[in-house]
Amino acid sequence: MSTSNKTAAKKGGVISGLLHNQICIPLAALLALVIFNLVMDPSFFEIKMGYSSAGDPVLSGYLITILDNASELVILAIGMTLVTAASGGQDISVGATIAIAGSVVLRVLCGTESRPDELQAPIFVAFLICCLVAMLFGAFNGVLVSYFNIQPMVATLILFTAGRSIAAWINNNELPIIDDAVFGYFGNFIPGIPIPTPIFIAVACMILIALTLKFTTLGLYSQAVGINPHSSRLNGIDPAKVKLITYIILGLCVAVAGFIKVSRFSTINYSVVAKDIEMDAILAVALGGNALSGGKFNMGASILGAYVIQFLTTTLYKFNVVSSALPAYKAVVVIILVVLSAPVVRQKLNEIFKKFNERKTAEKPTDGPNKGAKEAA
Amino acid sequence: MQEGAVLEMRGICKHFPGVKALQDVDFTLREGEIHALMGENGAGKSTLIKVLTGVYPKDGGQIYIAGKDAPVKISSPQDAQNIGISTVYQEITLCANLTVAENMFIGRTKGAFTKWKDINERAGRILESLQIPASPTQQLASCSIAVQQMVAIARAVDMECKILILDEPTSSLDEQEVAKLFKLMRDLKAKGVGILFVTHFLDQVYEVCDRITVLRDGKLVGEYAIENLPRVQLVSKMLGKELDDLSEIKKEGEGETVVSDGAPVLQASKLVSDAGIKPFDFAIRKGEVNGFTGLLGSGRSECVRAIFGADKVLGGQVMMDGEKVRITKPRDAMKHGIGYLPEDRKQDGIVGDLSVRDNIILAMQVMQGPMKPASRAQAEKFADEYIALLDIKTASTETPIKQLSGGNQQKVILARWLLTDPVYLILDEPTRGIDIGTKIEIQKLALKLAEEGKSVTFISSEIDEMLRTCSRLIVMRDRKVVGELTGEDLTQNKIMATIAGGE
Ligand SMILES: Nc1ncnc2c1ncn2[C@@H]1O[C@H](COP(=O)(O)OP(=O)(O)OP(=O)(O)O)[C@@H](O)[C@H]1O
Ligand SMILES: [Mg+2]
Repeated sequence: MSTSNKTAAKKGGVISGLLHNQICIPLAALLALVIFNLVMDPSFFEIKMGYSSAGDPVLSGYLITILDNASELVILAIGMTLVTAASGGQDISVGATIAIAGSVVLRVLCGTESRPDELQAPIFVAFLICCLVAMLFGAFNGVLVSYFNIQPMVATLILFTAGRSIAAWINNNELPIIDDAVFGYFGNFIPGIPIPTPIFIAVACMILIALTLKFTTLGLYSQAVGINPHSSRLNGIDPAKVKLITYIILGLCVAVAGFIKVSRFSTINYSVVAKDIEMDAILAVALGGNALSGGKFNMGASILGAYVIQFLTTTLYKFNVVSSALPAYKAVVVIILVVLSAPVVRQKLNEIFKKFNERKTAEKPTDGPNKGAKEAA
Repeated sequence: MQEGAVLEMRGICKHFPGVKALQDVDFTLREGEIHALMGENGAGKSTLIKVLTGVYPKDGGQIYIAGKDAPVKISSPQDAQNIGISTVYQEITLCANLTVAENMFIGRTKGAFTKWKDINERAGRILESLQIPASPTQQLASCSIAVQQMVAIARAVDMECKILILDEPTSSLDEQEVAKLFKLMRDLKAKGVGILFVTHFLDQVYEVCDRITVLRDGKLVGEYAIENLPRVQLVSKMLGKELDDLSEIKKEGEGETVVSDGAPVLQASKLVSDAGIKPFDFAIRKGEVNGFTGLLGSGRSECVRAIFGADKVLGGQVMMDGEKVRITKPRDAMKHGIGYLPEDRKQDGIVGDLSVRDNIILAMQVMQGPMKPASRAQAEKFADEYIALLDIKTASTETPIKQLSGGNQQKVILARWLLTDPVYLILDEPTRGIDIGTKIEIQKLALKLAEEGKSVTFISSEIDEMLRTCSRLIVMRDRKVVGELTGEDLTQNKIMATIAGGE
């Protein structure tokens, strides 16, 4: 509309553009963590060749650990972002349903024995059944939320409470252990490949969701439903169905994450596996600058948010923070990040930046393009 | 400050990213006057009001209030309220899930304890004195938009104020309610209150206002005493050009009526929905523009909602092109080529945080199906096309629709349905909040669609507008169809008589 504004926007340059972009929050957090580690101990970023427990040469180092350990969180963050966008609430049962998913995998692989000498079913069958079960549980949450109009937090509280008992019950409260090298590949290394497999799985999930968002209208629909269900309905979208679908997709994410988890350890501890992961997943969404009340979302920012959280966790571990104190430290960092990403604060930052920029322009009186634009306006 | 002024705004500037919404605007409001603020959609009227009442911080300029020497700083609506400015914003800003009484007193009760009984009683008295058909303990969401708007007005006038601001308060009111509001405004004026009044209805301006300030493209055009600015001049000041002759369109319209003997495109019999209307019959032919008329709450919106499947359909039969169809949800209607522009723009129309582009392609996208998303380039092309066609004022296609001015939001929703290329388009109050120039464009558009062989149902509170566009009017009273007027009978008097029930 007005030329001078456009030139100003261009002049504001990359930084101002970034400040407007959602992805700047997790990016800034990542940058801060990187700088902190660089200053404290540059060896943090070293990547060496080491040996896996199986004796194969593999890459090792903190960065690899972060990428590896973040995999489950990243996968969950994908589903959580969609659920948040469409239903304006979060699923707090993902940790518990990961226990269920993992338990199902073990149950299928072990059959009736708890420590079978050989697998009782092919691994991919176990994986498929685990997907099916997790999606059913996702659908259970989804139906409560979309057709019974129960608030997501309340609806998913049911499985949050009951999930781990259900997981234990699936295996008759036993702790099956699987002694199969191939099964371990998914959570550790594939012989000959020096990069942890979960990283590949996470990347595959990212590609999958990117394709889904590109080749279907899932993104548009879930945002529209989250922003205004009334007008979405009048435009022919079925808000309940869209919400349900997002919960089922989250179920699928839970299945994959659960599968990686049991593959890592070849066994399961019902009460500990993926403990508190729901909070990290929700945090990843929030850190990505997505409104937890639903509506517009940025998938890339959520994913980056998940990596940032894992980066933080690993950094804290490195500095020998005892694991019981970990949440307290995390909380402090989270408060800072969330406050910084609040719109009010961002606007203030923007203003300060703008003033700074103006002063810089004022110092240069021969300012060609700006002057010309003013005359044109 | 000038003699007798209660409010002076000097050199007000306000920029949004990509838009200069206000540039160096002056505005003066005097004691005991009703002052109209006029301008096209997106001229900056609402922005001026929001700057004045502290919703937006201003980028430049001063605001003076009578009795204070220094410029006042208003940084929140609460501040504005405290210094005696009460406001009815263009978009209803009440809380739909609170009761009527709660909405009227929210933010005004002192201390932590409130006597709800007293408040309900007091609200009841105010509602009664304004003859608003709502009970204090009723949930606001269950009231029609007109009633909600009246409640917002009641809230504003009940506060002791020196300045009253009304941003398009009449857009969803019918004549009787407008008359009530005008009486109220005159009473307040007599008490010395300065009233700032925004409307797109010229008749209303000339009925109650003393003075007019005109804005165009965020700049001040001028301030005029009402007697010095005849209608035609006002319009050309607003548009910056002369307006097409109003009578021209009527003639075009009359040529249309002949075509409407074609086969019915849609025929409904004994249709009834859960919104409380009596079963009704309805038919529309190819190339016809017809309309529902009646007082607010007479059920005209509910009828079209039933046709579109927007409310739960309880019974009846719908035939399209002679074949029986089942429409139980909006999606079904869309599949059969029906489009519906809803009455309540904010609640049912826009998807606020989504971009103008996504809002335009939404319905078309749904019809294409979830597996065929429009590519970015395609969407961009459609958006650009309709932004140009309807002259939508927006910084870019990327702008969230909620940042557009009210009238421009309405145009986006219209674009959305035009893009689906419907065979039958239902327009419920399509010109609400639309400026006079565009209003005529939209009326012409309805007639042009009919000329192309489409069918249009047009609902409007303005009988004038209906007469100009429709060749057949279905009259409703008390949620029942009570008559149908065509040809010779299409006169203002006849319609009024049918609405009132005295033949
Ligand atoms: N929050 C916002 N962010 C960005 N731009 C905005 C915002 N609010 C308004 N604008 C822009 O400012 C301009 C003036 O809008 P405004 O709402 O004041 O118009 P108006 O005169 O009230 O029009 P209408 O008659 O349609 O209500 C428009 O171009 C609009 O797009
Ligand atoms: Mg406005």
